[in-house]
Amino acid sequence: MHTGTRRALLLHLAVLAGLFALQFVLPDYHHRNLARILVLASYAAGYNLLLGYTGLLSLGHAMLFAAGLYGAGLAVQLLGVNAASGFAIGVLSGLALAVAVGLVALRTSGVAFMIVTLMFSQAAFLTTLYFAAFTRGDEGFVLPEASRQYQIGSFFFDLSDPGTRYNFALLLFAACLMATFVLVRSPIGRVLVAIRENEQRTTMLGYHTFRYKLLALAASGAISGAAGAAYALLFSYVGSTFASIQYSILPLLWVLLGGVGTTLGPLIGTVLMFYLVDVISGYTSAYLLLVGVALVLLVLVFPKGILGTVRAKAAPWLP
Amino acid sequence: MTLRLAGIDCFYGNVQVLRGISLEVAPGEVLCLLGRNGAGKTTLLKTMIGLIKPRAGCITLDGRELTRLPAYGFARLGIAYVPQGRRLFAELTVEENLTIGLMARGSGDEARERALALFPALRSRLTQISGTLSGGEQEMLAIARALCLEPKLLLLDEPTEGLMPSMIQAILAAVRELKSQGVAIVLVEQRVESALSVADRIAFLETGMLRAIVRPEAVHADPALVQHYVGVGPGRR
Repeated sequence: MHTGTRRALLLHLAVLAGLFALQFVLPDYHHRNLARILVLASYAAGYNLLLGYTGLLSLGHAMLFAAGLYGAGLAVQLLGVNAASGFAIGVLSGLALAVAVGLVALRTSGVAFMIVTLMFSQAAFLTTLYFAAFTRGDEGFVLPEASRQYQIGSFFFDLSDPGTRYNFALLLFAACLMATFVLVRSPIGRVLVAIRENEQRTTMLGYHTFRYKLLALAASGAISGAAGAAYALLFSYVGSTFASIQYSILPLLWVLLGGVGTTLGPLIGTVLMFYLVDVISGYTSAYLLLVGVALVLLVLVFPKGILGTVRAKAAPWLP
Repeated sequence: MTLRLAGIDCFYGNVQVLRGISLEVAPGEVLCLLGRNGAGKTTLLKTMIGLIKPRAGCITLDGRELTRLPAYGFARLGIAYVPQGRRLFAELTVEENLTIGLMARGSGDEARERALALFPALRSRLTQISGTLSGGEQEMLAIARALCLEPKLLLLDEPTEGLMPSMIQAILAAVRELKSQGVAIVLVEQRVESALSVADRIAFLETGMLRAIVRPEAVHADPALVQHYVGVGPGRR
């Protein structure tokens, strides 16, 4: 194994081990927060696959997160399927929606791609409101306690238990992180970076770039769907807020802040943003203004995001 | 493998940039395109790789019609293009740039070795980020990456632009070597002497039209040709 790859792999495993250990020392409040952050960071990792490694800026990723959220939530609520099946339906919903949207949206590029994805996402958001008889619209619905309990053989899981919830969130994040790590280091990942760097050049080398971009969007959709499904099952709430534009902008901010095109950047960005909002909102109701100022200052110090700047200055082996 | 263009008309919007271009390139031949800025040289190369679709005329490769084939299809048939300004994947290493070239057509390690044999200076740079290479090394890598496609026809757009003399000689030596291996080459070159030193035929383009195709000896015999179509004397190096 190449030295840089081995070092990067060790770093990823160390981060995951650190996250596992944190559950034993964190107070309840932060324990719950970190479980939520890990699910949202998984969503950011899916977004980063598209923006950071393929160079496609989507403004409509909330629809993919919501596809997972509603796919799992409605399946559990209306069809009475168990949590594992609900999760699988959520992942497939994200994947299927990403492919369907991609077949249209990927015929555009740049600003047009941003607008088309935004329009699709707004349509998805309005759909969740229109079918309020099932989704309960803005108000949303809470999954029944029994649907979050699951038995595999002799193992019994209760997803409302904080420890179980944390470890499932960590398992999801670990799977997304390692899948991203393996993908971006693979030959396919190198082609995605080539498309990001210069799509026309990649075409001239004989690559059908549309297929690669669709693959990246499908993978991103599956990961976002998985994060949405996990959110519904672990935190038991499903509501249309998660389909709103806010949840398309947030992963963009998390990724830009943590380091676009770095595998660990989404986690760092999500943690930082989450706690910036959490801490500052404790002092003032004008917290968004101060969060904005803090973000501007951070971007001035770390123009390529935190890990992106670290990679450029000190650790070129970071994936 | 012979590429043939017949009656090619190309437009940018309503502006016609190529007018009725007909020519062919045979295996082991170096065809050099000369002309002033805006004559249509780069557009002609982009038409040959399928990036620009002609509004009229046809492109064939050994009799097979390629005109409506997407650009990636041209590359898969063994036509490789090295654009002006190199256009490397600047954030990838030298090795990764070559790998992407190899993967495109499923070429084996022999193709990589042949490319590196032509440019041995790249061997010691394999793990270096390609954006940090010197201009000459970047040009070598751009050509080496194209060679990983195992091309039968190589299109080079001003490969010696902005390079120091020793690098220019290395690039021209590589062109001669590829020609001896039977690769057909279409070369756009502003340095007339360099073009004359490697070309089998010279095609003069003027305002999108092919004005003349001559042998290098004819240019040596009549320097006014270059003066007329390119605007400089043949002594420019």
